[in-house]
Amino acid sequence: MVRVLKLELKGITKSFGSLLANDHIDVVVEPGQIHCLLGENGAGKSTLMNVLYGLYEPTDGEILIDDEPVSFRGPGDAMAAGIGMVHQHFMLVPVFTVAENVALGAESTKAGGFLNLDNTRRKIQEISDRYGFDVDPDALVEDLPVGVQQRVEIIKALVREAKVLILDEPTAVLTPQETDELLDIMRQLKSSGTSIVFISHKLREVKAVSDIITVIRRGKVVGSADPGAPTTELASMMVGRAVSLTLDKAPAQPQETTFEVKDLTVIAPNGHHTVDGVSFSIARGEILAVAGVQGNGQTELTEAILGLQERVSGSVLLDGKELLGRSVKEVLQAGVGFVPEDRSVDGLIGTFSIAENLVLDLYDQPPFAKGISMSPAKILENAKSRIDEFDVRTPSGSLAAGTLSGGNQQKVVMARELSRPLRLFMASQPTRGVDVGSIEFLHKRIVAERDQGTPVMIVSTELDEVMELADRIAVLYKGKLVGIVPAGTGRDVLGLMMAGLSPGEAHADTVHHRPVLHSDQDPTSTSHAEGGDHD
Amino acid sequence: MTDQNEPQYPGGTPAGPDAGKDHADKRHPDKHHVPTPAEEETAAVVSLDTAGGAMEPSAVPATAQSGKIPGGPETLARRIFTGSGMVSVLAVLLALILGGLLIVSTDKQVGATAGYLFARPSDFLSAVWTAATRSYVALFQGSVFNPRGSSVAVQFAPLMETLTIATPLITAGLGVALAFRAGLFNIGAQGQIIMAGILAAWVGFALHLPVGLHLLLVLIAGIVGGAIWGGLVGLLKARTGAHEVILTIMFNYIALYFLRYLLNTPAFQRPGESNPISPILDPNAVYPQIFGTQYRLHLGFILAIAATVFVWWLLNRSTVGFEFRAVGANAKASLTAGINVPRATVLVMAIAGALAGMSGVAQVAGTEKVLTDGVAATYGFDAITVALLGRSTPWGTFAAGLLFGAFRAGAVQMQIQTGTPIDIVLVVQSLIVLFIAAPPLVRAVFGLNPRKKKAVTAGKSKKAATTGGAA
Repeated sequence: MVRVLKLELKGITKSFGSLLANDHIDVVVEPGQIHCLLGENGAGKSTLMNVLYGLYEPTDGEILIDDEPVSFRGPGDAMAAGIGMVHQHFMLVPVFTVAENVALGAESTKAGGFLNLDNTRRKIQEISDRYGFDVDPDALVEDLPVGVQQRVEIIKALVREAKVLILDEPTAVLTPQETDELLDIMRQLKSSGTSIVFISHKLREVKAVSDIITVIRRGKVVGSADPGAPTTELASMMVGRAVSLTLDKAPAQPQETTFEVKDLTVIAPNGHHTVDGVSFSIARGEILAVAGVQGNGQTELTEAILGLQERVSGSVLLDGKELLGRSVKEVLQAGVGFVPEDRSVDGLIGTFSIAENLVLDLYDQPPFAKGISMSPAKILENAKSRIDEFDVRTPSGSLAAGTLSGGNQQKVVMARELSRPLRLFMASQPTRGVDVGSIEFLHKRIVAERDQGTPVMIVSTELDEVMELADRIAVLYKGKLVGIVPAGTGRDVLGLMMAGLSPGEAHADTVHHRPVLHSDQDPTSTSHAEGGDHD
Repeated sequence: MTDQNEPQYPGGTPAGPDAGKDHADKRHPDKHHVPTPAEEETAAVVSLDTAGGAMEPSAVPATAQSGKIPGGPETLARRIFTGSGMVSVLAVLLALILGGLLIVSTDKQVGATAGYLFARPSDFLSAVWTAATRSYVALFQGSVFNPRGSSVAVQFAPLMETLTIATPLITAGLGVALAFRAGLFNIGAQGQIIMAGILAAWVGFALHLPVGLHLLLVLIAGIVGGAIWGGLVGLLKARTGAHEVILTIMFNYIALYFLRYLLNTPAFQRPGESNPISPILDPNAVYPQIFGTQYRLHLGFILAIAATVFVWWLLNRSTVGFEFRAVGANAKASLTAGINVPRATVLVMAIAGALAGMSGVAQVAGTEKVLTDGVAATYGFDAITVALLGRSTPWGTFAAGLLFGAFRAGAVQMQIQTGTPIDIVLVVQSLIVLFIAAPPLVRAVFGLNPRKKKAVTAGKSKKAATTGGAA
């Protein structure tokens, strides 16, 4: 009964002004294949898929379905043609039930204009049973874990009889275990005849599930690869040059402990404890990585230390001085360097020049200001040397920071924070959305800061990054510290801890459970060999 | 005066549609040459302007990677207030053209010739041309230079009048513009002018002090009055989160009714009179007339220039202004960088109030020399338009203030000379606001394809983005 469908993108070109986001891209998705589009952030993968999904009109080129040219005016056309898309950010109404969300846009009504959801419910149940989704049609979407919400998105596509499913960076929001489950679902869908276009820059997952890999770099197809190809080869295809995926990092030389968090609790405006009695300490010359799935209190933890959270209790001691209750300015002046998780919201002012952004928290300090009079010459001078030192790729420091690529924006934030003597360096998602080449550089800078004897706290949802940088790993789950484990702890154990199991339980559990992706390898070699495939 | 005047302004009247075309065409090639850093900066601003409006969800790598429009929370209002200066210029042109059509449509001669349009179309067309040009020539003569004046002094009297009227517009406009740069809609210039006027006037007529000192005190009183009235709004917003638009509107009412109340108390009335009008200010308490007594132009205009320089310095060269701009552009990043956002909110509203307060002083100590309930006229509201037209930059606001001053000064002359109602100027002013609020419309009218503009700026982003990829 399953109608198979061959999808072909021929010479797709999409330009925004003079910018070629896609340059004559040819991709053929054979029926029942998992076709991976591998490329760095900004390589043009999402643009290509938005063209395919009818969100953008291609400047040139055509889309063929079963060798017939088609043109989509909007997602509706694409859906009707059998193409479904699961966006990176879910398109669900949180206060609606699963069935209501699935029916949205194609609601059927009973007599009198009442919504008829019975049919939808039945279909959801059917699909859920067939693939083992375990989704209750009447559950409210906001109550569901992220992994299940993603399945709702997939169901949405399947109910509309999608034959080609586009998954745009689907694993970015998942725990390692949820990622495994998703990869299983993808394999099942494939075996029932659905083709999948899998967009990712995570080499590990790509290798695990793809039938064929198309590598895109700067809007062009640079080649296709076999999933069996070595990780380093895929990485260098993606980046366009040889990349070293190993971080040369000497073992930590921890000195005295100068940073201590004791029983820190943060209460959100709704009374919820977003950080709940967290205690840890970091020694000089040591990197503590805080791991956890997004939204488990990491943001609030760093914000509380910086002085951005209102209702906090407990104690945060830096060099024996209490930081809680001080203003952000005082905390920064106590020697805390902070890289926020979302650089475009918290770290940079897009309309300000790069030079101004490089002094965003130093603008009133000498030599940039005398009294309240600022010195633009000094600020530009500083920009020149920072831009050189951190290799920010820009023609001029007076350009708006918003014009930089993500990696270069991140370098600007890092350059600013690392440009003064620090007593604590705290970075959230230091390499999110950053290309592989820049990751390497930023990681080296972080390790260099550690080696200068600064306590370093890294918050990352990327397990690879955590494993690569950490000297010790703390895992947060629902605001609570699940445990602190040494570097070199297995990816499967960390994954279970990220789902809330204590280190002891996690160790015990991994004995019984199917191992997580590639964890059959020695954990240290895993983190080193594939250290480059996170973002 | 009819045909005699035309040769003096060959093609110089802004009413011809071709004038706008020329202008647009001349500017366009500019966009393609190799940019200097300064131009790149403006280009970046333009890119924001275009990227937000008519563009697709930005898929330029620079922004796609972060998933956000550069600059963080980019609101429509923000774009309207800080968009490119060219839109301002074109909006004025377009408004003048439409205003010209309106003048033509109400002209008697045009109506008469339209009756035999097909018999002698040339009559009709010349009537149209005459009607439009006569009015605008009169507007120009009433606001800048009157060639029929008997002496040089009389010839330049209109310009002096323009500057006089522009003075309160400029300072109040600066107040609105400054607050806007910090992300605040200061609708309260009107109330701030009134409160400043009350204090300044009282110091002016109730105290009797030596030359110099008295005027200084009047000025300080006005500035303090405006600063308190503006600062209170900032304080309420910072402390309670109340929205400044609601606050400033309500504060305008409070100020106005407070003024009316005061003018009915003996302390503010002329001895022995019950009219709501204050005593005349002491001679020592008023601004000297800078070009002699034949013009109304007073020291306030020099202070307005000084205020413009001050605001420019504040915004571009001071840490305080850096904080204001940072808070206005991205309050979250400012908080993270340790900037005290509530303090900046209070401070910027106080300074904005102080600037509007200077307008109040210019009114009571400069042009009116008494306090009435019409002390602020509509300057506080026109100031919003002035700041809007000036793109919230100090010198842009200054220029826009001059333009609106010219409109008001010239409108009277226009009505006297040609019978064109003063209201036409209000229509033109309103049209300017309308067009500024709709940049895509202006571009469409002048055939400026935003995609072409985008191409240049996107090219820059690409440069940055692609080089970045090769780290």
